Amino acid sequence: MVVNASQDNPEKARRFREAALPYLDDAYTLARYLLRDKADAEDAVQECYLRAYKHFDSYRGPAMKPWLFAILRNVCRAEFARRKTAPAAVEEVPESTDQAPLWHETPETPEKQLLRRFDGDTVRKLIAALAEPFRETFVLREIQNLSYREIADVAAVPVGTVMSRLARARAMLRSAWLAEQEQAK
Amino acid sequence: MTCEEAEVLLHALIDGELDAGHAREVEAHIEGCAHCTALMQDYREISQAMAETELRYKAPLELRRRIEQALPQGQVQTAPSRRSVLRGFALGSAVSAMAATGLFAIVLHNDDEQRIEGEIVSAHLRSLQAGHLTDVISTDQHTVKPWFNGKLDVSPPVIDLTAQGFTLIGGRLDYVNTREIGAVVYKRRQHVINLFVAQTADTERRAATMTTLQGFNIRRWSDHGLNYWAVSDIGADELSEFGEKFETAMKANKEG
Repeated sequence: MVVNASQDNPEKARRFREAALPYLDDAYTLARYLLRDKADAEDAVQECYLRAYKHFDSYRGPAMKPWLFAILRNVCRAEFARRKTAPAAVEEVPESTDQAPLWHETPETPEKQLLRRFDGDTVRKLIAALAEPFRETFVLREIQNLSYREIADVAAVPVGTVMSRLARARAMLRSAWLAEQEQAK
Repeated sequence: MTCEEAEVLLHALIDGELDAGHAREVEAHIEGCAHCTALMQDYREISQAMAETELRYKAPLELRRRIEQALPQGQVQTAPSRRSVLRGFALGSAVSAMAATGLFAIVLHNDDEQRIEGEIVSAHLRSLQAGHLTDVISTDQHTVKPWFNGKLDVSPPVIDLTAQGFTLIGGRLDYVNTREIGAVVYKRRQHVINLFVAQTADTERRAATMTTLQGFNIRRWSDHGLNYWAVSDIGADELSEFGEKFETAMKANKEG
């Protein structure tokens, strides 16, 4: 992985470093949640930064983080496509079920009980178990703090879709949380 | 509003993505609906629990090095010496020691501040969309200030800084950190400055800090029980100037 000579502009590289490298942990975090694999995440982030550098001339801002994420997401989707042909394919919920009102399936809790706190590993596991594309939306909002508009841009969907996906992701996480709590009793 | 609608919109409410009008509608529904109240409470608790849990991953040093090496070398960042690796290690254990002694509360507090800054920037971005900038349009501080009366539990100071190069253009109610918040809107040339004002329990004065988030500058300070965030895409130097002029004018008002 060597950037070709025409790209070899130290001033551009310096600006790119300053603008993009502060988001390395953010990018890596997103890749870990999207790909659920350490080595794949590292490769995806590296590829993302190289692509971003190549296209840095056309970057017009203002927000670097969503711009990087949009590139990273495409890299990760290519990785999904590759895995689909591999035996251990990642399940993906088809887009068409997006509007299904799954949130009505959440169990009613007539007597309100306090939610239990879990350690980081348990919460990560619960998030990792969410199906795509809900996991992506959820992580962009809850862990990366992106606005709905930015999530819509990263995922290339309308803001309304972001809202319904997020509602569904949170409903699924809540169910998983309650189930985990039940099990831990 | 039906439960079905509220169950989707309450997320936008939690995230501060609703305008004040819709937020009130959703809140009104939730108030009268035990089902949605319970859901809302769960979601808030989960969000809170997640905010207080370390869910992020740290990029391995090796990955950082691989990326650095693939970029054209300006000032070459050499592989860290053994010494600096060890220093990193020592720092790591200092952090663990802090966690063990409960000093993590400070870190969490900062995380919370970062989250709020994220929301402030989102609110700023929303305000730039057509028709969202001002609820009351006036360059007269004696029109803008009374407009806030009764709409918030705090009266944001409204100061005309036109003479100092920052034109007051109006005020707006916004939503940050699941609360209504006052925004006083200024313009510098064609650039918008949103000054968000919220009440704080802490009456101590806090000197200004400047941060950059998603390409926007944020100047944050506290005085007389109010938190201020000035957000804009103007340069940090100009935003500092804005903050200083504002603080000077506030002081003059209090003394005069």
